[in-house]
Parts: sequence; C-alpha cells; structure tokens
Amino acid sequence: MSQRRFEGSGLRAYAIFYLLFLYAPIILLPLFAFNSGTIIAFPLQGFTTDWFSQMWGNATLRRALANSLTIAVSASILATCLAIFAARASTRFDFPGKGGIMGFILLPMVLPEIIVAMSLLVVLLGAGVELSILTVILGHALICMPYGIAILSTAFSSLDRSLEEAAYDLGETKWGAFRLVTLPLVMPGIISSLLISFTISLDEFIIAFFLAGKEPTLPTYIFSQLRFPKQIPMIMALGTVLVALSIVLLAIGEYFRRRGIARIGGKDTGGFL
Amino acid sequence: MARRGLDPEARQGLTLIAPPFLYALAILAAPLLTILAYSFLTDGYLEILRQVTLSNYAQVLTDPIVRTVMLRSLFVSGMVTLVTVALAFPVAYYVSFMVRPERKSMWLFLITIPFWTSYLIRVFLWKVILGYNGVINSSLTGLGIIDEPLTFILYNVNSIVLTLAHAYAPFAILPIFVALEKIDRSLLEAGRDLGESRLMTFWRVTLPLAMPGVIAAVLIVFIPTIGDYVTPELIGGGKIPMIANLIQVQMLALDNRPLGSALAVTAMLIVAIVSLLFLFLNRRFLKVRQ
Repeated sequence: MSQRRFEGSGLRAYAIFYLLFLYAPIILLPLFAFNSGTIIAFPLQGFTTDWFSQMWGNATLRRALANSLTIAVSASILATCLAIFAARASTRFDFPGKGGIMGFILLPMVLPEIIVAMSLLVVLLGAGVELSILTVILGHALICMPYGIAILSTAFSSLDRSLEEAAYDLGETKWGAFRLVTLPLVMPGIISSLLISFTISLDEFIIAFFLAGKEPTLPTYIFSQLRFPKQIPMIMALGTVLVALSIVLLAIGEYFRRRGIARIGGKDTGGFL
Repeated sequence: MARRGLDPEARQGLTLIAPPFLYALAILAAPLLTILAYSFLTDGYLEILRQVTLSNYAQVLTDPIVRTVMLRSLFVSGMVTLVTVALAFPVAYYVSFMVRPERKSMWLFLITIPFWTSYLIRVFLWKVILGYNGVINSSLTGLGIIDEPLTFILYNVNSIVLTLAHAYAPFAILPIFVALEKIDRSLLEAGRDLGESRLMTFWRVTLPLAMPGVIAAVLIVFIPTIGDYVTPELIGGGKIPMIANLIQVQMLALDNRPLGSALAVTAMLIVAIVSLLFLFLNRRFLKVRQ
C-alpha cells in the first residue's frame, strides 16, 4: 500500500503544479489591474483603482459591452432553443440518417472557427448583406448550439420515459406532457446551456472580428487596444472583471447542471463536455 | 436490410431535428459549399470571373510561402497536441484513480474554468509573461540571474506552442478522464492478481482501455489548433503566420477570394486526412471499446 500512496502523492504534486500552470496567467491579471505602474512588468508599483474608473468612463468600451451583451443574450437563447429540438430528437427518437445529421450539427465544435467565419463572411458579402451584430448572432448561435446539445442530451437521456407516459395516461396532450413534465425536469439543463452559450458568445473573438462590420464587441475592442501600451492596464482591469464574471456564471451553470442530475436521480459523471 | 418506411416515430424525430438541421445547413453547409465553389473560380480585378480553373490549387500546391506556412501549422499543432496530451494524461489519471469520488467534480470544475475565461486575454498574458520586459525577464534581471533580457522566448514557434498548449489543456484532460472513468476497476485487480506488476498492469490494461480517450483528446486538440488565428498574431508578432492568418490575408487584405477559398479547402482536407489517418492507425484500440 505504501507504494501506492507514494505514487499518489507524486501525481498529486504534479496535478497541483499543473493547475498552477493553468491558472498562472489568470493570477497575474488582477495583480496588474490594481498596479499603479503604467508598464506591465515586475516589480509592482503601488495600489490603484484608476484603471477601473478609466474603464468605466470609456464610451467605446460601453458600446462594445452593450453590443456583446445583446449578441450573447440573443445567441444563447437561439442556440438553446435549437439545441432543445436536437437533444430531444436524438435522445427520444430513432430516425433515418440520425448519425450523419447529428454529426453534422455537432461539427462546429471541432471545425476551426476561422473556417466558419471566413465562409460565412464570403457568403454574406456576396449576397450584399450588411455586416452588423445580427450577423455575429447567427454565427455565435451556430457554434454555441453543439455545447447546448451536449448538455441537454445528458438532461434528456437520463429522463424516465414512464413519467411522460403517465402524463399521457392521465389525459395530457403531447404538448401538455412536454410542458408540465419534461420541461421542468430538464429546466436545469436549459439554464446551464443558456449560461454556457452566453459565456462562449461573450468571449468569442474570431467570428465577431470578421462578421461585426464596424460594430465593436468586447473581445474585438480588447484586440484593437492590445497594440497600444498605454491602454494595457485598463485592459487588464477589464480582463479581471470579465474573468470574475465568467467564473460566477460558470459556477451558477455548474450548480444547475448538478441540480438537474440530482433531480432525475442520476450520478454525476463530470464536467461540461 | 430492408428499408424501413417512415413510421410515426421516425417522422416525429425528423420533424424535431429539422429546425437545428436547417439552421446548420444555412449557416454552415451553404457557406462551406460556397467557398468550395469559389476555390475553382478565377479572380478578376474587381470581381470573381465565372471561369472554372484549377490554377488556385496549383498555386496552393506550388507556392513556397504557402508550403512553409502549411508545414509550420502542421508542426505547431502536432507539437501542441503531443505536449498537451502527454502533460494532461497524468492529471486525468490522478483525478480518475486517486481523487475521492465526491471531489472529482470539483477538480474538473477547477480544470475547466481557465478554458472558459477570455481566450484573448489569456493569450495576451503569455506575451506579458514571455515578453522583453515581461514577467520572466524582469524577474530574472531583478534577481540578478541575467543581465540582458532574454529575447529567444517570445516571437517564435516555441512560444506559440507553449501558449496554445496552455489554452487547450482542459480539452485534452476531459476525454481522457471520461475514458479512464469507464474502466472497470476489477480488471486492474485481475491484472494484479495474475501476477503483473503495477507498471505492467498500467501498460497492458489501463493504457489500452484509455486509448479511445487519448485519441479523442488528440483530435479535439489537433483540429482547432491548426486553425488558430489569435496566437500567431499576438505571440508570433504577426511575423510567424499560420494557415488561418494566410487565409485571412488572401480573403480580405488581398481580396483574392478564390485563392483564399482554395487555401481554406486545402487546409480542411489536410486536417481531415491527418485525422482519418490517425483514426485508422488506432483502429485496434478503438475496437476494444465497442
């Protein structure tokens, strides 16, 4: 047994070291956001919250934030609605071409985003569609949908079919049974899918960069400022806020995902993917 | 097998799948087919001429710059995949075999958080860490270990590999973890009972059974990294382009959409071939699972 414990502690040290490596850049973020020095380097100067107030007073940034929120809310709702259809179809029904269709819908998960963005851009420009936040929403909904399907499939597949049948037997219509029985049971999955899609969309750069036209979103605004050294401390402050926000959103999403699994009496099998 | 007629269940399933399927057709398949069509057309001065040609592909295959960039992209994503999967395996193994069941989700949550937080800023922070006046250089000069800042750590292929390996780490851990979780623990005990050493049990039982997860991890890291745009732009300083940067330049800056499309199609083909080759080579392991 001692050998096993020894191995365990070695692996444990490695795993903790690995986590530190994963978190290294994120730990630096607040350090520089509250640092009064204008150059991003050690040693740190003094404590300041100037960068946060500078961020707050920036009009372009506010516009970018408003755009990003509009896009993220719309895209996550659209993606989750479509994902509900797909998850329900794939877990409950058998139909010809199922594997191919599902594989195709899940394709954006592995397809490089540059390909999605470029091909969509070529078509939109060719069709004379003006680029706006609407075109970004279309692209974001496409790449968020597979994640929503992954989450919702778990929710739908662990559903007990006899519950619905009981509702039919008690005289409910199909839609009534879905609304009154199925929907409440998969609700945690839906919320979790909304939150994950929202986080993905808020953070997505490539599609927004090429499809937004002249409208800024948070990531494209950040990208445009990275080449001005003077703006970097403010970007660090913005990054701190964004990271804190996504951690809160993810924690809520994780909470609902686990509650959903507990509600249908399943066993937790792990993370989002 | 006789072709089944469309029974009510199949019809219902198809009706349900229609909205997401049509959406993916419109937003994904139609654009992909369009660039496939563009790649065979001729680029005119201001417009695209409707003349079918293979010259775009000829140019893609013979141009030395394209070849350099393509090989670099393959090398970078190959290295990233190797590094990510090799570093991730022990972590996945630790979480699956050593961590108490009730704490596993916590570990997975901690591993996935960095993945969901602003990609752009994470990439930029590596520039801050590796830069001329960066964290590493300013710490080392401050401690008196070096006199001059090290210049070889930023703006090169290695720094691109490091940054991407960091960005895709959780992607590699999760599939391996899922495969390890599925392994029947009694098989390992059986291996031990039959007199195998711990190492041999790992080599002959655990590793082959974990292989489908490893393969999934390889594909899920390799495919997106080859098309990464941001990291070569920020960490490579724009001077070490990868295939995504080249596509963007052709499509927008040079406005040569047919050539850009041919590049995109070629890149997708190469990715598909490499992935299929990999899956083919690992058929043996994948069969174990089924």
